[in-house]
Amino acid sequence: MAPIGIHHYLYLSAILFFIGAFGVLFRRNLLVILMSIELMLNAVNLSFVAFARHNGTTDGHVAAFFVMALAAAEAGIGLAILVMVFRNRTSVQADDLTLMRD
Amino acid sequence: MDVILFYILAFFAVAGGLLMVSLKNPLSGAFSLILSLCSLAGLFAMLHAEFVFILQVLVYAGAIMVLVIFTIMLLNLKEEVLHEAPVGWMRAIFTATLCAAAAFGAIQIFGHVEPQGIQVAPEFGNMETIGRSMLSDFVYPFEVISLILLVAIVGVVLLAKKVI
Amino acid sequence: MPGLVDLLIILGKAVFIFGFALTLLPLLIWFERKGSAFIQDRAGPNRAGIFGIRLAGFIHNISDVVKLLMKEMMIPPQVNRTYFMIAPILGFTFILTAFAVIPWADHYVIGGREITMQVADMNCGILYILAITSLNVFGIILAGWSSNNKFALMGGLRSTAQMISYEIPLGLALVGIFMVFQSAQLNDIVRGQGELLFGVLPRWGVFVQPLGAILFIVAAFAETNRNPFDLPEGESEIVAGYHVEYSGMRFALFYMGEYAAIILSSAMITTLFFGGWQIPYFPTDKIIAGAATWLKVMLGVGAIGALAFAGVMLAWSKRIQGRFGDLRENEGMILGVLHIVIGGAMAFFFVKSLGLATLPEWGARTVALVAQISAFVAKTLFWCWVFIWVRWSLPRFRYDQLMRLGWKNMIPLAFANIAVTAIVLVLLGGK
Repeated sequence: MAPIGIHHYLYLSAILFFIGAFGVLFRRNLLVILMSIELMLNAVNLSFVAFARHNGTTDGHVAAFFVMALAAAEAGIGLAILVMVFRNRTSVQADDLTLMRD
Repeated sequence: MDVILFYILAFFAVAGGLLMVSLKNPLSGAFSLILSLCSLAGLFAMLHAEFVFILQVLVYAGAIMVLVIFTIMLLNLKEEVLHEAPVGWMRAIFTATLCAAAAFGAIQIFGHVEPQGIQVAPEFGNMETIGRSMLSDFVYPFEVISLILLVAIVGVVLLAKKVI
Repeated sequence: MPGLVDLLIILGKAVFIFGFALTLLPLLIWFERKGSAFIQDRAGPNRAGIFGIRLAGFIHNISDVVKLLMKEMMIPPQVNRTYFMIAPILGFTFILTAFAVIPWADHYVIGGREITMQVADMNCGILYILAITSLNVFGIILAGWSSNNKFALMGGLRSTAQMISYEIPLGLALVGIFMVFQSAQLNDIVRGQGELLFGVLPRWGVFVQPLGAILFIVAAFAETNRNPFDLPEGESEIVAGYHVEYSGMRFALFYMGEYAAIILSSAMITTLFFGGWQIPYFPTDKIIAGAATWLKVMLGVGAIGALAFAGVMLAWSKRIQGRFGDLRENEGMILGVLHIVIGGAMAFFFVKSLGLATLPEWGARTVALVAQISAFVAKTLFWCWVFIWVRWSLPRFRYDQLMRLGWKNMIPLAFANIAVTAIVLVLLGGK
């Protein structure tokens, strides 16, 4: 087995990112879409930290910190919107949110 | 030893992600995501990023996911009434690997990264190092992000109120 | 990569911590029962016994454990089985994990190898504990949700909301400690508490950060769901909140998890604010320098204490002769003889050590180690007693009072604490 280099982490990050993208595109439940977005953000975090380790600077860690803070803000607002949608339509399926269609 | 640890953590991270996109019950999906996040935290620790490891557990797994789970429980969301066809985990992993391989192949053609990184000092992922760089190089984004969080808090409270 | 000896040392430390926490649990439960009885002016458990030997209610713990083990672990039909079974495990495991960064003594140098007396000396040690305790809410949430029971769900959600609300003052109160001791490593913080403040007081966290200490202690009470913040548990006293549907060993895991959280919080309060393993006025090098004297003093005091206890036991045994007519009378005799043996051994070693002027290097360090671990354990036990004391003294908060206290009172106070600490440090010319 090769010693763990940066390519392992980058490959893992890419796989996680595309799993998250798959979830956003193919799932209908708004909560699962939100969680898939979180997974994508985490994959990007992993990539940042891997490159930071690779280059020996901590800029990647700071970037990961900011990404996390933003993800927290975005998750909070996304969930608040979801709660409002649920109150009005009693459904969190993306299929049922068709008011603006046609 | 490093190799085994990496593969175990990577397995759990990918497994958590796959379970999340394929399970019908959103609560089970949330717990799979927590598993994935904790494995990622372990990977951060392997990359000598101690502060980011702690933040991942504290903020992501400990706060954001608690918020998601709270929402699921308060809205009493059960398994989705199936409008959609169930997406299998096999479809997910196949698509993801294909896209990842494509992306990676593109990067290998157009760019090049040395497999081994440089040696890092023991104080590499320290709280102190990151704190210093955040308050000297990155002070402007640091202040802006605190404003963003303030706006987010006010927005969430306002959005979720029943009577304004 | 660590060698085999390093791995064995880490394993040994982990086993020690595990053993310590699990051994302290029955002691704490006994404290709770007897202590609450003492506060409420009643007798407490004194019936359970082995062949009549009661040990003032300590044997009651064993009967408790047997009862919990043998009760049927019923799974009600309406629960969600997977989550129901996972929840107690999550509730208990994370608390034990958080013990990994608590320092028990100073670095122990033996054979040229320096061993830290923590399982993991992380750079951001305190934040690790905060992170792990924030994972604790999952056990409670799962327990409340999976029970499929309105009371359990309400109890679980309330408890979780309380715990995540009080994580904020908990963390903010620590910022003051970071600023004063210039480090987040727990061992550095404890070492920093070894110096003297104004030449008289030891530089304990509670003296340099009094408001921070109060905030931290109150928030620790709220985090462990203890009175006066135990609304989620004793809610409407008929149902026990989020663990109402649990029975047998699963309930025992929640119960043990709560007491383990008390031990963890006491250990943290001791480490951060009360000097940890530091013996006041005697930093490590002074102990190592005077190790021979310390050894004699410890052995002498131990011998006198054991012999005095033996004397009390024998006198008591003589007093109750013939009162009960069963093996209870022999209890005093057995304990007395046991302590005579212990006291005699200590006295023997005391006499032998009177001749020693200095100890070899490893002996001196071992004496320091034992002294510091004893100091740490004594302080932690004191704080566990305070947890129990407060529980049986104060009424509990109503839920809105609790939330108001956490968000509207403690967070502004914590911010004020940070600001004042920063100003004072700058004025004193710190870095």
